[in-house]
Amino acid sequence: MTAATVTAGAILPGRGGAAGSLSDAFWRHPGLLLFLMLTPPLIWLGVVYLGSLFALLMQSFFAVDEFSGMVVREFTLKTYGELLRPSNLDIILRTVVMAGLVTIASAIIAFPIAYFAARHARGRWKAVFYLGVMLPLWSSYLVKVYAWKLILAKEGILTWVFERLHLTFLIDGWLALPVVGGNSLSVSPTGTFLVFVYVWLPFMILPVQAALERVPGNLLEASADLGASPRQTFAHVLLPLALPGVIAGSIFTFSLTLGDYIVPQIIGTSHLFIGMAVYAHQGTAGNIPLAAAFTVVPVVIMGIYLWLARRAGAFNAL
Amino acid sequence: MTPAVTFSQVSRHFGSVRAVDALDLDIAPGEFFAMLGPSGSGKTTCLRLIAGFEQPTAGHIEIFGETADGVPPYRRNVNTVFQDYALFPHLNVLDNVGYGQMIRGIGRAERARDAEAALEMVKLPGYGARKPGQLSGGQRQRVALARALINKPKVLLLDEPLGALDLKLREQMQEELKALQRSLGITFVFVTHDQGEALSMADRIAVFNEGRIMQTGTPEEIYRRPKSRFVADFVGSSNVLSPETTQRLGGPAEWASLRPEDIRLGSGGGHEARVTGASFLGSATRVTLNAAGGKLTVLLPAGSSVPEPGAGVRFSWEPSALHLMGPVA
Repeated sequence: MTAATVTAGAILPGRGGAAGSLSDAFWRHPGLLLFLMLTPPLIWLGVVYLGSLFALLMQSFFAVDEFSGMVVREFTLKTYGELLRPSNLDIILRTVVMAGLVTIASAIIAFPIAYFAARHARGRWKAVFYLGVMLPLWSSYLVKVYAWKLILAKEGILTWVFERLHLTFLIDGWLALPVVGGNSLSVSPTGTFLVFVYVWLPFMILPVQAALERVPGNLLEASADLGASPRQTFAHVLLPLALPGVIAGSIFTFSLTLGDYIVPQIIGTSHLFIGMAVYAHQGTAGNIPLAAAFTVVPVVIMGIYLWLARRAGAFNAL
Repeated sequence: MTPAVTFSQVSRHFGSVRAVDALDLDIAPGEFFAMLGPSGSGKTTCLRLIAGFEQPTAGHIEIFGETADGVPPYRRNVNTVFQDYALFPHLNVLDNVGYGQMIRGIGRAERARDAEAALEMVKLPGYGARKPGQLSGGQRQRVALARALINKPKVLLLDEPLGALDLKLREQMQEELKALQRSLGITFVFVTHDQGEALSMADRIAVFNEGRIMQTGTPEEIYRRPKSRFVADFVGSSNVLSPETTQRLGGPAEWASLRPEDIRLGSGGGHEARVTGASFLGSATRVTLNAAGGKLTVLLPAGSSVPEPGAGVRFSWEPSALHLMGPVA
C-alpha cells in the first residue's frame, strides 16, 4: 500500500474556511442558494418593473381637469372614454394593422432563412447566418432608420435603381394608391412598413430557427415515409412543431411595432401611432392619464393575442 | 417470382466513406429478412436506400420489379419503423396511426376505425387519445408498428426495432413480430446488431461488414457453416482457429470455427489446456481456456462441474463440430 492511500480516509476533510463551509451549506440546503440567487431579480421584477407598470395602470384611471390641466387623483373611466374617441381609435387601429402586417411579413421572410440555418447550414455557414442576422442589431437603431430614410427618399438609391431599370412607373403607381401611398416612399405608410420589417426581422428569425432546430429530422422522414409530399410534411409536421417559435417571434415583432415611436416619426406620414401618441401626451400635452391609457392598449392586445394563440393550439407542441 | 427487393451493384458513398459498397442482394416476397452487422457496417444505409431516404451513388434498386431510381420516399409503398419510433409529438396516438391515411385523403371516421383496428392488432386498444409522450418505450414501439402497418406496405422496414426495450419486453416483441409477419404475409426487412435477435426471428440473414455482405443464408447456415472468420466471430462468438492452431489440434492447416458449446471438458482423451477464467451466465457457464498456444472459450451447460481457474483440464469435440472456413477474412 502506498503512502497516499494510507493517509486518505473514506471521508475527505472539509475544504475549510468560509468558502468551504458555505459550499457545504448550499449543498445541504439547495433552497438557500436558489433563494439567494432569485431574490435580487425578483425584487427588480416585482417592485421596480411590475410596480411601475401598476403605477402606470393606476394613472390611466385618473383624468386631467380640462380647465387647470392638472391630474385629478380620483378614480374615473373618463380617460378611457377619451381613448375611444374616433381620432384615438384611428391611432389604435392604424398601429394594430401595421403591427399585424409587419408580423405576417416578418414570419414569411424569416421562415425560409430560419429553415436554412436550422436544417442545412453547418459549421462556417452557421456562423455566417448568425453574423448576418445579429450584425444589424449591433449598430444603432437610429442610424439604421435614418439610413432607410435616405434609401427610400425621392433622390434615394431605390428610386435610382428603378429609374435605371425603367421601372419608375411601378413606384409612382404604388405611391398613387390611397392609404399606402404618399409623396415618396420615405413619407408613405409603405416606407414605415418596410423599415419596421427590416428592424424587427432578427427577432422573428432567431426564435423560429431555434424551434426548427428542435424538430428531429426523423419526423420529417417519417412523414415522407408515410406518403406525405414535402408540402404536406410542411403543413402537418414542420409548421405545427415550429409554431411556438413563430408565436414567440410574433410576440416580439408585434409588441415592438405596437410600442415604437421613432420609426413612424422619421419615416412615414404625419398620422400618429400609439407610441407617438404616448410620447406626445406624456410630454408636451402633459396628459399622463391618457398616455397611460394608450400604454394599456398594447398590453391588452398582446393578452388577447396570446389567449387566442393558446386556444388555437399553438403551444400544444411545447 | 419477382423478388421483393433487388440490389444490383448498389453503392452509397458519403465523401470518401463507402457506407455501402457494390452490393448485390435479393429479398424474397413474404420473407422475414435480417440485416445483421456491427455499427457502421452499412446495414442501416441499406434500409434507408430501400425506404428512399438515401439515393445510391451507383447501381440500381428494384422494389417488386419496379425501379426505385429517383423515386422519393413518399411514392414508395414501403413503410419504416424507426429506431426511436419517430412518433409525431403534437398528434395523439390515433392521429399518429392514421397519419398515412390522412395524407391520402381518407375521411376522419374511416381513419379512426382503421386506426383503432391497427391499435388492436398491436395490442394497444383504447390508447388512441394519448400523446406519444405519455407512453412507455414498448407502447411507442407498438404505435410505430401500427402506424406503418395500417398502410399495408409491400415491404416493412424495421431499424433496430427492439434496441431500446428491456430484455423481457424484447423477447416478447420478437415473438409478436414473428407471429404478425406470418399472419400478414408482408415482407419484413429488419436491421439489427444483435445476432440472437437475427437468429431467432429471421427466415434469412445477411451479415454485413464494412459496406459489404459477408454471407447470406438461413440462421442455421450462418451459425453452423460460417464462410468467413468475421461471420464465425460475429454470429455466436465462435472460437476462430488459425491454420496453425487447427493443425496443432489435429485438423488440416486451415482457418476453422469451433462453437463454444460444442467443446466438452473431461479428464481423459482430447487435448490439454489450462483454465484461465470462468463466468456464470445463468443458463450456462463460460470457461476460458489456454490451449495450443491460444485462447478458447467453452460454454458449459448449467449443472456441469466447473473447473477452478488455474486447473489443468482436457477438452474434446465431435469431429463434425470443427467447421473449416477457407482463407476469407
